Amino acid sequence: MNSGTTINDEKRYFGFWAYLMSDCLLFGALFAAYAVLRGNVAGGPAGSEIFSLPFVFGETLILLTSSFTAGLASLAAYRGSKRGVLGWLTATFALGAAFLAMEMTEFTRLVRSGNGPQRSGFLTSYFTLVGTHGLHIAAGLLWMAVLIVQIAASRSLTPKMARRVSLLGLFWHFLDIVWIFIFTIVYLMGVM
Amino acid sequence: MKHYLSGYLLSVFLTALAFGLVALHAASGHVVFAHPFLAAALVAIAAVQLVVQMVFFLRLGARGSRRWNLALFIFMALIVAIIVGGSLWIMANLNYNMTPAQMNEYMINQSE
Repeated sequence: MNSGTTINDEKRYFGFWAYLMSDCLLFGALFAAYAVLRGNVAGGPAGSEIFSLPFVFGETLILLTSSFTAGLASLAAYRGSKRGVLGWLTATFALGAAFLAMEMTEFTRLVRSGNGPQRSGFLTSYFTLVGTHGLHIAAGLLWMAVLIVQIAASRSLTPKMARRVSLLGLFWHFLDIVWIFIFTIVYLMGVM
Repeated sequence: MKHYLSGYLLSVFLTALAFGLVALHAASGHVVFAHPFLAAALVAIAAVQLVVQMVFFLRLGARGSRRWNLALFIFMALIVAIIVGGSLWIMANLNYNMTPAQMNEYMINQSE
């Protein structure tokens, strides 16, 4: 069962794409705020003192792999394979949850050591930028969980569900692309 | 499948390259690569990875009817460039032209 492409489908993809692009503007503004405030440490720690590169490298690989498995889920949806979709979506969910858990671990560690968002302008903009990305990941995980339950409960994969899977895939790839800039600008340039 | 796999492998390679450069830089006591060069290299690697993921994961430009998607993307990139570039430019200018004392005086005058 191939979902095919109708005029309506094209419109939905375009609408979702327009949402993704406007979300890029949100992240663009947060990146601008971070770029301006990164030097304002107010006597507190700079990025090089609080970031751990091996930890971030692990996070990055996990999110990248989850973007790959999300792509495979879209591919399985295109082929109409219910089992394939369920398997790859579950893998994506597990990887995404692991990523979010690592991010929360890092945030907790920073706040416990007195370097929470209220410490300096640098940390405020850092928590806002990275936290907003984490919030998107959490929303994506919720969407994914609902979709997994819905597909598991249905007899077969309908074209509507297949479309939802591929839109979720777009969303997930988008989040991984935003992360490229976070690890480059915030973490790598913060440490060098 | 092939598309996603090559996109994934390329992205892993580019990510490892970026982290590797910074790790090498840090291990050498910040001597090995000069800062401006390293920063430029990191931005370039990120830009390449952006293109790789857009082509192999988002499949941008894969179908002819997706022209408007590309138009929206270009418009978004323009706005982001204005926001980020403009913010940095203006704030750097303010920092450069004012001492902290002047800044305080300026802000007090503004609020009166």
